[in-house]
Amino acid sequence: MPSAQAITNGTNGLSLEDEDIDFTDIEQKYALRFDEGLDDVILVDGVPVINQSRQQRLFETIQKRFKSHAGIHVDLEGMHIPYGPDGESKGYIFIEMASPEDAALAIRLMDGYAFDKKHRFSVNRFTDVEKLANLSEEYVEPPEEEYKSKEHLRSWLSDYSGRDQLVICRGDDVQIAWHNKSSQPEVAHNRTRWTDSYVQWSPLGTFLATFRRQGIELWGGSSWDRFMRFAHPGARLVDFSPNEKYMVTWSHEPIQVPDNLPQGPQYFSAEDEGNRVAVWEVRTGHLLRTFPVQQDDSAGPGQLKGFSWPFLKWSGDDKYCARLTPGQQISVYELPSMGLLDKKSIKIEGVVDFEWCPLGDKDRDAIEAWGDGKNPPKGAKKPKDNTLVFWVPEVDNQPARVTVMSVPTREVLRSKNLFNVSDCKLHWHPQGDYLCVKVDRHTKTKKSVFCNLELFRMREKDLPVEVIELKDPLTAFAWEPQGSHFAVISSNDPALGAGAPGITVKTQLSFFHLHPKGDFRLLKTLDNKTCNTLFWSPKGRHIVVATLGSSQKFDLEWYDVDFAHEIRQGSASADPSEDVKLIGSGEHYGITDLEWDPSGRYVATSASVWRHSLENGFAIWDFKGAELQKHVQDKFKQILWRPRPRTMLSKEEQKKVRRNLREIGKAFEEEDAAEESNLALAHRELYQRVLNEWKTWRARSRAELEELRKEYGKESVANIPQKLEQEATEEVQEWVEEILEETEEVVV
Amino acid sequence: MRPILLSGHERSLNQIKFNREGDLLFSVSKDNIVNAWFSHNGERLGTYEGHNGTVWSVDVDATSTLLITGSADNQMRLWEVSSGKCLFVWEFNTAAKRVAFSEDSTQVLVVTEARMGYRGAVQVFRINRDPDTWTEQSKQPTRTITFSGPKATVAAFAPLDQYIVTGHENGKVALYYHDEKDPETGIDAELEEKSVDAHGGEVITDLQMSSDRTYFVTSGKDKSAKLIDTKTLQIIKTYATETPLNSASIHPTKPYIIVGGGQEAMNVTTTSARQGRFETRFWHKVFEEECARLPGHFGPINTIAIHPAGKAYASGGEDGYVRVNWFDPGFFNSKLYGPDLELSLEDQ
Repeated sequence: MPSAQAITNGTNGLSLEDEDIDFTDIEQKYALRFDEGLDDVILVDGVPVINQSRQQRLFETIQKRFKSHAGIHVDLEGMHIPYGPDGESKGYIFIEMASPEDAALAIRLMDGYAFDKKHRFSVNRFTDVEKLANLSEEYVEPPEEEYKSKEHLRSWLSDYSGRDQLVICRGDDVQIAWHNKSSQPEVAHNRTRWTDSYVQWSPLGTFLATFRRQGIELWGGSSWDRFMRFAHPGARLVDFSPNEKYMVTWSHEPIQVPDNLPQGPQYFSAEDEGNRVAVWEVRTGHLLRTFPVQQDDSAGPGQLKGFSWPFLKWSGDDKYCARLTPGQQISVYELPSMGLLDKKSIKIEGVVDFEWCPLGDKDRDAIEAWGDGKNPPKGAKKPKDNTLVFWVPEVDNQPARVTVMSVPTREVLRSKNLFNVSDCKLHWHPQGDYLCVKVDRHTKTKKSVFCNLELFRMREKDLPVEVIELKDPLTAFAWEPQGSHFAVISSNDPALGAGAPGITVKTQLSFFHLHPKGDFRLLKTLDNKTCNTLFWSPKGRHIVVATLGSSQKFDLEWYDVDFAHEIRQGSASADPSEDVKLIGSGEHYGITDLEWDPSGRYVATSASVWRHSLENGFAIWDFKGAELQKHVQDKFKQILWRPRPRTMLSKEEQKKVRRNLREIGKAFEEEDAAEESNLALAHRELYQRVLNEWKTWRARSRAELEELRKEYGKESVANIPQKLEQEATEEVQEWVEEILEETEEVVV
Repeated sequence: MRPILLSGHERSLNQIKFNREGDLLFSVSKDNIVNAWFSHNGERLGTYEGHNGTVWSVDVDATSTLLITGSADNQMRLWEVSSGKCLFVWEFNTAAKRVAFSEDSTQVLVVTEARMGYRGAVQVFRINRDPDTWTEQSKQPTRTITFSGPKATVAAFAPLDQYIVTGHENGKVALYYHDEKDPETGIDAELEEKSVDAHGGEVITDLQMSSDRTYFVTSGKDKSAKLIDTKTLQIIKTYATETPLNSASIHPTKPYIIVGGGQEAMNVTTTSARQGRFETRFWHKVFEEECARLPGHFGPINTIAIHPAGKAYASGGEDGYVRVNWFDPGFFNSKLYGPDLELSLEDQ
């Protein structure tokens, strides 16, 4: 094997003196790079030892084996076998492949190939041989990397005035901005072409995910440095686990593992090839597992049959995630190993859908109190297991069934049979207190559809169920995030089934609540609406109903479902239906999206250029429907509130704040007033400055014009308005002489 | 402010122009007719007939004696305002898209279209103003600026006719030195003195001078209007609106820019009036904020003109109507930003 040394020394004619000269620097500079030219040469070890006469047969056999086993054609000319002095071969051969890719394939497929009973191939890249041979036997400890402290990832929460942040995408720009009550968002960070498509917050607001061709990047901290990159080429969807420990990405393209891909826990390896979904650990960036997705592209671009997102559903505590194989099974995986729970899936014939029970504040408190379970404090109860609910449709004589199951015990907690079911939707209360199964039922003739709500009480023994029957099909359902109200939108409009885009359907809006007597009752129904979407305030009590996706109606309505809350002071109300009040309404022309801020104080509505190009922009409203700001911006794409993590205050502290709200509020009010007057002053100054700049510029250009006039020796002929004014009000003096009397006097 | 509706055109308006005193209003449209109106009551004074194609542009001289029009029949015509007589016809190879008198009304510039292998150009003609011989005009332009690059769409004379300003289809505004005694003919690349990309690659639809011509406003399909210093071509102010703009004009006595436009005419039938935004919009000249909007037209607004003394403005739309609005006293008395942020007359 010729080395660089050999080549340079091989140039004959060097005098002896020259040999003393240190050439190493030049040699290093001009050293040939073998890995470029010899990439397509492989070394196959474990070949039978032969003599010259059998060379042809051996080559032909090897050629055949390569063809049959790896599907690679090898040229006989490309094979080279070295012989020892005794005429016996050395038991290895060199093969020059057609291309480096072929060589890579051969290494992957032929390495470890059993040529016959005694001989097993070991295939290596020729260029690696030297490297492997020179491998130092001695272990060298890698230098310890210096610890670099990172920025606090939750620094935004320590904003003095407790403002919320927004991310705004417009054109190629992505802006992180502070939301201000009375002035427009204050841009804290602006980056052009931060993302190729859209951006997404992680569920607790710690990271901002951006999408690039090469993969997904997470950003955070006050200076928005990159936190981690996830090399999943072409990833277009990302889904975080509820505590943002893990992340699932999906790419339309199957994963390919090129040979030059770096190896490590953060990168794909050969067994990931062809998969489309990847699960990552956020903090380390490690790849946990990949999944194949059977997707059928025949439905046309953008519509993937047999693929639903999120691909994996997460339990509230990030301990498990689960995947549905429709009609067959639910596969539950344990984190962080991503191994199948108990090594087998839960087989459920015909299963259509399932949902995990979310963790409520109570559950989180319980988990925190319990700790790791080794020495729980007194009085702490073991947190309850995760539960999930799934449903199976009617098959033959079997009724449809909704089942609540505990995980990991796989114990069925409750199961209910249903009849005449055409579809079910599973709605968990965000606190995990209730479960509502919305059952679309058909009459015996299957001509008309009506709706049942099956309400499970999750916090009571044996999970009692009550049923509310509704005459009309439901189009939307939403639980109040904190509390026991829920709102539904139903419709008996015949246009509902047609489902043509842009058509406005007449709808009914109804509110239900948990009656003090202990059952769920209708609170109020409002008829003759066009709304089709429900948005509860994250703190409950207030709700915005919106008409989205229509081409004529863009109505927004704000309701308070507990209007007399302050007056009643906790006592039961005489007429609960009086408690639901319309407190504000508005219209955002061309609205496509609506989002509450995490504190439930503001609502952002937006019209995105992704849907249409009419009056793109966003507006910010307060919780009672007063429009605070409106910004119409060309090429506006997206606005998202930065989510907040759970409060750090204990229950007692929260209570204390609530009790002293008025006094605390006073201080803030003063600050607000001061800020507002400051702002007004600053505005005033700005205007004054702009005006003065204008005046200076005008004075200069006027003087220049005057000079020019003189130079040209011309009078002003421009249409100066003052001059016109003078001409128009020109005073004309007229002398009128009138002869009143004429007398002739004869002078004698 | 009750508008006067002038319905003397059967097709969409191309340009309207007040005379110096503001008592007459001239309008040209796609229906080949040039109309003259009394601006105070909307009565039609008369028509100028003879063009055989869309009339693209009109201008009247400072004394309201001569009228110049440019048309798609490749002609530029000179008319006597009072009699309606056509005095002279210039013939070109392509349509005359824009005409304008010089400040002293002794010269006329015309922007010709680039078409059928002909390059776009600006040509300047000397006008013989002698009433006895004014039917005899020189057919030879005193100078021609040929555009090798993007064609010009609008043009005007700078103060004292010292420069010619052009606005181009790629959003460029360029300045050419103009010496009446020694006019220079050539291609734009050699003659251009300064230029600025004012409208980011989108076509410039209008260019109107301030009353003393020291600055001007351009409107573009990029949904913005720009206020530009004539001498330095520096963009002083930007008015960013929501729709493509077809026209912009500077109010001579109050600090407003009036802009008009709307959805492209070809898209109008597919969108509602609300989406079209066929309102004239008033922007504060200095603070770059929108102050008012006035609906009325049911199609895009193609052209806006303001009374030279600032007493009225007129808008001409794709709908074929001209609307003349006389301002109420409130308009002149109001102090929108308070008394200390008012602009005196000489600072306009």
